[in-house]
Amino acid sequence: MLIKCPYCGPRPSEEFTILGDASVRRPTSNDPATMDQWFDYVYLRDNPKGRYKEYWHHGGGCRSWIVVDRDTQTHEIFGTQAARDVTLAENKKGNS
Amino acid sequence: MRYSVFSLLKNSFSGHKNWAPAWREPQPKKEYDVIIVGGGGHGLATAYYLAKEHGITNVAVLEKGWLGSGNIGRNTTIIRSNYLLVGNNPFYEWSLKLWEGLEQDFNFNAMVSQRGVLNLYHSDPQRDAYARRGNAMRLDGVDSELLDREAVREMAPFLSFDNARFPIMGGLLQRRGGTVRHDGVAWGYARGADLRGVDIIQNCEVTGIRIENGKVQGVETNKGYIGCKKLGLAAAGNTGEVAAMAGMKLPIESHVLQAFVSEGIKPYLDTVITYGVGHFYVSQSDKGGLVFGGDLDGYNSYARRGNMPTVEHVIEAGVAMIPGIARIRVLRSWGGIMDMSMDGSPIIDKTHVDGLYLNCGWCYGGFKATPASGWCFAHTIAKNEAHALNAPYRLDRFRRGYMIDEKGVGATPNLH
Repeated sequence: MLIKCPYCGPRPSEEFTILGDASVRRPTSNDPATMDQWFDYVYLRDNPKGRYKEYWHHGGGCRSWIVVDRDTQTHEIFGTQAARDVTLAENKKGNS
Repeated sequence: MRYSVFSLLKNSFSGHKNWAPAWREPQPKKEYDVIIVGGGGHGLATAYYLAKEHGITNVAVLEKGWLGSGNIGRNTTIIRSNYLLVGNNPFYEWSLKLWEGLEQDFNFNAMVSQRGVLNLYHSDPQRDAYARRGNAMRLDGVDSELLDREAVREMAPFLSFDNARFPIMGGLLQRRGGTVRHDGVAWGYARGADLRGVDIIQNCEVTGIRIENGKVQGVETNKGYIGCKKLGLAAAGNTGEVAAMAGMKLPIESHVLQAFVSEGIKPYLDTVITYGVGHFYVSQSDKGGLVFGGDLDGYNSYARRGNMPTVEHVIEAGVAMIPGIARIRVLRSWGGIMDMSMDGSPIIDKTHVDGLYLNCGWCYGGFKATPASGWCFAHTIAKNEAHALNAPYRLDRFRRGYMIDEKGVGATPNLH
């Protein structure tokens, strides 16, 4: 499996470590009333068969976090983005 | 027909042309008392014990592929009950006890071989950890022995004792552990269930679960709608997909685990050995091939194949442990899809839907659990409550904070 790092180009997957599902969002509140959100964030996963966005860390290279769009049935990679850019774009969308 | 030396003799006179098929190929009925989704080891065992222990025979097992096409045919065939944490040992020990009587029980040769399972340790802290685990096992009535270096050398002189960085200092041995012919388990349970009236329906994929007023009504399949009073899910790596049909989101991720078999060699390894430095476990099959495996590939996957970095890692660990196998060629490798749970332990429980039961989260230790999983799941379905043995494996333990995390790595499915 070759993963295209946005900074280093196509690199073998063993240079990377996977964190997992990039769709989960950490709740912003510590209020016990938000326990369901925390439970969902820590434990529950969609676990899709097909296209899936996930976090990988390029620990054996530039050490940046990236979001990989990959198919869990075929291992085909459709695209990668710097995780930073994804979050910035998301925050911008949320604020507008 | 009951298999015995007499049935073998009788059939040999007619050139083995008149053996009856081991199970029927029925068409689905309109309705069943219980439907089990998944015709693998756990699903078939559940149907078998429903019929045998609880007298519930109006049961169907729906399998989307062919019988035993999933993880029951893709594992490294190891059985053991060498756990540490409260909750695990009684369950896995019950499983081992069922293995010990299984062949007589279902009248099928599953080649249960209690050749021992030896976990190597390479440092003082690792020895302490294994001593603790061995003591925990003994407290639960499980056999365990802590071996020193010389005792291990006597058992397996070909191990790399002289490794400067990771010398073998000894091992934790469970003599009652061993291996089983994995396909034989699926076939034995299938035949045993079928003889008791269970319908095993292959190539029947569940596409929807019908629920009305919070109660299960039946399943939509590619062979039409089939009604049921109770529905048990035992879909292993595909659990997430099937549970989503009932609106459930689970603490499960699907990951690929690879396994390997070498070319056949003469008798060499008469036990199961696991490495204490890298992730590697190996035994020798009765055909002569070394059967071995290692860790998950690490990324979410529904493809039954992995990638080269894991192959390389597993073989490196193997050669580090047994230098003598360096020139043996690998014959085959394959992958299976593991339902990795958030604490590395399984789930056998009721769900929020009346009549819907869940059996999943076996990570990559499901094979050894097959008999107890089926036995407990059958009890849970028949009595609508968990047996004491599977009570720790509740679905809501994650919410309540009662995780059973043998490896102690937290909510990271790919690390368990």
